[in-house]
Amino acid sequence: MNLHEYQAKQLLARHGVEVPGGQHCTTAEEARTIAEGLFAEGHDMVVLKIQIHSGGRGKGVFKDGFKGGVHLCKSADDVHEKAKAMLGNTIVTKQTGEAGRQVHTLLVASGEKIIEEFYLAVLLDRETSQPLIMASSEGGVDIEEVAETNPDAIVKLQVDPLLGLQPYQARNLAKALGLSGKLIHSGAKLITGVYRTWWECDASMVEINPLCIVESPDGSQKIAAVDAKISIDGNSLHRHKDIAEMRDLNEEAELEVEASKFDLNYIKLDGNVACLVNGAGLAMATMDAIKHYGGEPANFLDVGGSASTEQVTAAFQIILKDPNVKAILVNIFGGIMNCNTIAEGVVAAVQETQLTLPLVVRLEGNNVKAGDSTLANSGLSLITAESMAEAAKKVVAEAAA
Amino acid sequence: MAILVKTDTKVLVQGITGSFGGRHTQLSLEYGSQIVAGVTPGKAGQIFEDQVPIFDGVAEAVKETGATASAIFVPPPFAADAVLEAVDAGLELVVAITEGIPVRDMIEVKAAITGSETRLIGPNCPGVVTPGTGKDSHGGCRIGIAPGYIHKPGDIGVVSRSGTLTYEAVWQLTCNDLGQSTCVGIGGDPVPGSTHLDIIKLFNDDPDTRGIIMIGEIGGSAEEEAAAWVKENCRKPVAGFIAGTTAPPGRRMGHAGAIISGGKGTAEAKITAMEDAGISVAETPSQMAEALIKIL
Repeated sequence: MNLHEYQAKQLLARHGVEVPGGQHCTTAEEARTIAEGLFAEGHDMVVLKIQIHSGGRGKGVFKDGFKGGVHLCKSADDVHEKAKAMLGNTIVTKQTGEAGRQVHTLLVASGEKIIEEFYLAVLLDRETSQPLIMASSEGGVDIEEVAETNPDAIVKLQVDPLLGLQPYQARNLAKALGLSGKLIHSGAKLITGVYRTWWECDASMVEINPLCIVESPDGSQKIAAVDAKISIDGNSLHRHKDIAEMRDLNEEAELEVEASKFDLNYIKLDGNVACLVNGAGLAMATMDAIKHYGGEPANFLDVGGSASTEQVTAAFQIILKDPNVKAILVNIFGGIMNCNTIAEGVVAAVQETQLTLPLVVRLEGNNVKAGDSTLANSGLSLITAESMAEAAKKVVAEAAA
Repeated sequence: MAILVKTDTKVLVQGITGSFGGRHTQLSLEYGSQIVAGVTPGKAGQIFEDQVPIFDGVAEAVKETGATASAIFVPPPFAADAVLEAVDAGLELVVAITEGIPVRDMIEVKAAITGSETRLIGPNCPGVVTPGTGKDSHGGCRIGIAPGYIHKPGDIGVVSRSGTLTYEAVWQLTCNDLGQSTCVGIGGDPVPGSTHLDIIKLFNDDPDTRGIIMIGEIGGSAEEEAAAWVKENCRKPVAGFIAGTTAPPGRRMGHAGAIISGGKGTAEAKITAMEDAGISVAETPSQMAEALIKIL
């Protein structure tokens, strides 16, 4: 589950991480009030940032031509005007796709005087099954780019999960980033706070980019998380009720939200051959087979190991809401499940959804003969196939017809 | 011989009184597996289906019945504790079927059990099957949720991150008259108890395994690590398949571990590494058995 920047900063601040002052809001009037407060505190600049789950906000362009989802403002009036232009408007960034994303929330924060930028992230190292802290002296740019162009700039630190991050490790990391003097301590404190946020919030990823040395009006310097991205392990939400409430359904694809209500795992893709499969691995393999025979999968859809008729019907309804779909492939390996029960479920779902698109069904496993005859005797114009390859070939041909 | 479990291995089930655990314990009993005990705290003294005694804890179940392996069906919030209890009781093999265990719990479990004698398989896996010699492989050891009847005793080892894709491979083998020594589902989570490599090493040392099928998917680099080892060390023919060639980056494809992130964990990289190691990679999931037969 992804969080907004303002939510990420709330969690970080709770764990002792320095973040620029500010608040989120949903109206231009609120934006003005928050900005007035920040100016009154002595800040001479306020930054206004749209809150969407997508990168490239600064360079995004709104559908009405208004440019940029991040703005530096010198007056509360300017904040009000820009907030008005962005709220309710739809922005297209390099990550949103053409449809873009509607803006519902803004973050109004103090504009900091940035002296130097760094990168810091905590994630799981899958090779060792241990937490990994990654830091780079090149901040504000894409870490994957740094990994290619200047890998030496990246410092990695493995953390023993049973001991946790030790103070000396955090200090060494701060030093490796090039911090010196008092900043080593403020850097180590921030790194420790970011690690604790990752661990205590069950995050899959915490990314601070940029992490900055900022200068206060009095000339003193400190380290702060100027931008932040957090994703949370969805399986841990039972112990984080407060974080669970941060879920923003506006940011999730409508069909995927609908599918999750029926315990279906659905991901919309761009092709026109839909598939309905039991098991995640088999569902991916089915998409691959469609592609292998020249088609393009319209979705990933795993109905789970013991799909009910109700779930299969819901799955068909979700598939049919995608206007690109030209043909459907049902691929079920009925291991424990009886293939005849699945066949009956498919027939009922086809009847209930009044399906008119070509449908290829491949059943294999337990009681498959009875299942095949249920399909054959249903009076529906189904196409059956024995192997996954045959099914994929047939459905691709139907979609192209 | 087989790996991990023999047909007569004594198995206990943690979470036997839950509906999922109960249903699959029943199926294992019907398959002829030696399910000797169940564990549900607070339900000691009850008998499952008139034949399997239930205990409050794993240690006493082991003491009373001599079980050496455990199947875990405990719900996700309590599953990590169940694994640690089983390891503490000294079991040789612990198979965690549970899907949805928080990653942090598994990071702790994995660190805590490093160096112990116990091998952990899973979580989020279909389990382990060593087929028996009866009709439809009856009399084998089935730990988990795989359909027993699709198996056939023989000398091919199967290791996979996916459930239904494993069944698909096993069924293709059985239909081609190739039996299996042991089939191991290592699970789809990002922190697995055992990796492809761990299991391939066991198959390599097993005199009764002649060939190996490894099934992987996007996410992580376990397949690449296994391939590198196979290239240098494996004495047996290996075929494979990788699911997720068409998966978009940054999206979790059903399994918690099936995600391409930061350009890492792509199907292409895994397939390249496997082909480089001399592994026969099936082009489509329908050709997994075929890919192995070609090189046997």
